[in-house]
Amino acid sequence: MTATTLFEKLWQAHLVDSDGEDLPAVIYIDLHLVHEVTSPQAFSVLRERGLRVRQPKRTLATLDHSTPTTPPRADGSRDYLDAATEAQVDALIRNCADFGITLHGYDSPDRGIVHVMAPELGATQPGMTIVCGDSHTSTHGAFGALAFGIGSTEVGHVLATQCLLQHKPKTMAVNVRGRLPAGVSAKDLTLHVAGQVGVSGGTGHVIEFRGDAIRALTMEERMTLCNMSIEMGARAGLIAPDGTTVEWLRGRRFVPQADAFDAAAARWLAFRTDDGATFDQCIDIDATSVKPTVTWGTDPGKVVAIDAALPPQTGANARAFDYMKLQPQGPIAGARVDVVFVGSCTNSRINDLREAAAILRGRRVAAHVRMLVVPGSERIKREAEAEGLDRIFRAAGAEWREPGCSMCLGMNGDIAAPGDLVVSTSNRNFEGRQGKGVRTVLASPATAAASAVAGVVADPRAYQQEIAA
Amino acid sequence: MSGFVSITSRSVALPIANIDTDQIIPARYLTTTTRAGLGQHAFQDWRWRADGSPNPDFALNRPENAGAGILIAGDNFGCGSSREHAPWALLDAGIRAVISTAIADIFRSNALKNGLLALVVSPAEHASLLERAGETLSIDLRTQRVERTGAAPIAFAINAFARQCLLDGVDELGYLRARTDAIARFEGARA
Repeated sequence: MTATTLFEKLWQAHLVDSDGEDLPAVIYIDLHLVHEVTSPQAFSVLRERGLRVRQPKRTLATLDHSTPTTPPRADGSRDYLDAATEAQVDALIRNCADFGITLHGYDSPDRGIVHVMAPELGATQPGMTIVCGDSHTSTHGAFGALAFGIGSTEVGHVLATQCLLQHKPKTMAVNVRGRLPAGVSAKDLTLHVAGQVGVSGGTGHVIEFRGDAIRALTMEERMTLCNMSIEMGARAGLIAPDGTTVEWLRGRRFVPQADAFDAAAARWLAFRTDDGATFDQCIDIDATSVKPTVTWGTDPGKVVAIDAALPPQTGANARAFDYMKLQPQGPIAGARVDVVFVGSCTNSRINDLREAAAILRGRRVAAHVRMLVVPGSERIKREAEAEGLDRIFRAAGAEWREPGCSMCLGMNGDIAAPGDLVVSTSNRNFEGRQGKGVRTVLASPATAAASAVAGVVADPRAYQQEIAA
Repeated sequence: MSGFVSITSRSVALPIANIDTDQIIPARYLTTTTRAGLGQHAFQDWRWRADGSPNPDFALNRPENAGAGILIAGDNFGCGSSREHAPWALLDAGIRAVISTAIADIFRSNALKNGLLALVVSPAEHASLLERAGETLSIDLRTQRVERTGAAPIAFAINAFARQCLLDGVDELGYLRARTDAIARFEGARA
């Protein structure tokens, strides 16, 4: 048998029908995640055509993008940004009821950002195909699932047929060798990789992250990396399942239990790239040289080590320098910070909150800085509160919010003011992403927390060393 | 969608690399539950000033570009989010085709499903289109050529299935639903 890639195995396992080279394949979708923003137009198509949802049990919905992160009022009402955001939430509640889809809404202890809550429930499993009307669906590739974002028309296709028409993408291996240095996180590695691959380097490809540095990552860290595959232009990111994957999933609600779990685990572990399989492209990354890394520009590929100088100005980056009001060849460290955001499907998991809290413990957020900490799910919120992390954040002067996407894209009104510099643990630093005229510096939770304390973009290692001393 | 054959329109240059979906339509306008009326927010933060008046420096606001329906955009157009609101907004704003040296995967897929042509040309062809921005282009989907007056035509590649769907007005959901037996067999074999 010829050696094949993990991607090829996933593709073949879900191939319903194929009509030859030029025509798209019909690919079966195991899990369809749904949220309020990109689904209403798809449900409208089903209604117009009198169609039902083919597999409600393979469809899982939650509320995350438009939801307020302030607690409900005493009468149960919520502080929506406007009538439209509330109507969008109400539409999903109604659509799920009408079409028989399980919705993890406000009454669910499992509600959360779609890419945080589905793995927590064990709904995300190795060997699956997973889609959602959200580009950060690539997150689920951390489990060895082929997971990618789709548009609303395709959301309708999956609701009605549980399938998608897909052209086969190419494959790219990103081999990450060596161990990350102390004080350097998975987010730093992710931003470093985005800088190496570039924002369109992965276009048309599915990336498989490989190598001993990847094997050493926890599942949360793998999710952070795969989450930003789309920022490299890739349809999806993949990491082959291993013992770390299996142990993380054991006992979760939707995975097989007891003896059936071991049988499932054996099936999952077969989803790996065979020795000798080839990729269309390969990139090698040395993990040992990665430093705390942040973005300085207006796309996630414009990155810089926290202690390095910014690049010189060129025709290609002049616009980014102009928007960010940063000095070519100057430092990024020391830039004045207005807002710090810890949250998003990239970095809102319990390890991320611990990483930020470890720096904030016994310290204060600088007087001129506003800091928001937004857990990724109700479960994470409970877990953090049980550990007392919320008290650390509040004592430091940060706001502890309800779960949701929040300031990552600001749809719910969690935005900064024009001209503000936001150090953000999210995934996109596009112009205006966090509010019109807002300047975003993407960073790890540790860098975000250190910057909140310092009041300027700061190297977290100094703060971590203080803890160690 | 009705059959799509060709577009003839003035070109307009937006030679900025990595124009992301948040520039095409910011997230704050995604709160709608329909597809309609998004054109007023296409390129919102570039097109409109804080007081709501048009930004006269933005290419699409210049009087000579009124009605221009073919956008010549910088590399990696449409990167970022999966929001189909991006092609909906462009179409509603009168844009019928985007030509670039690279177009992000999800945007291109969404665009073609809505009859917005998303075409990739070589850097040299792109440079020529930018240089002559404001010219009238005719994009013919049957011949797969961009016809120009006073310049050589440009041949473009487009996925054969997407092309046929556009030409024949094929409904992809209908095409998929015609596979219901195969889908049921697949489900049965795995059960």
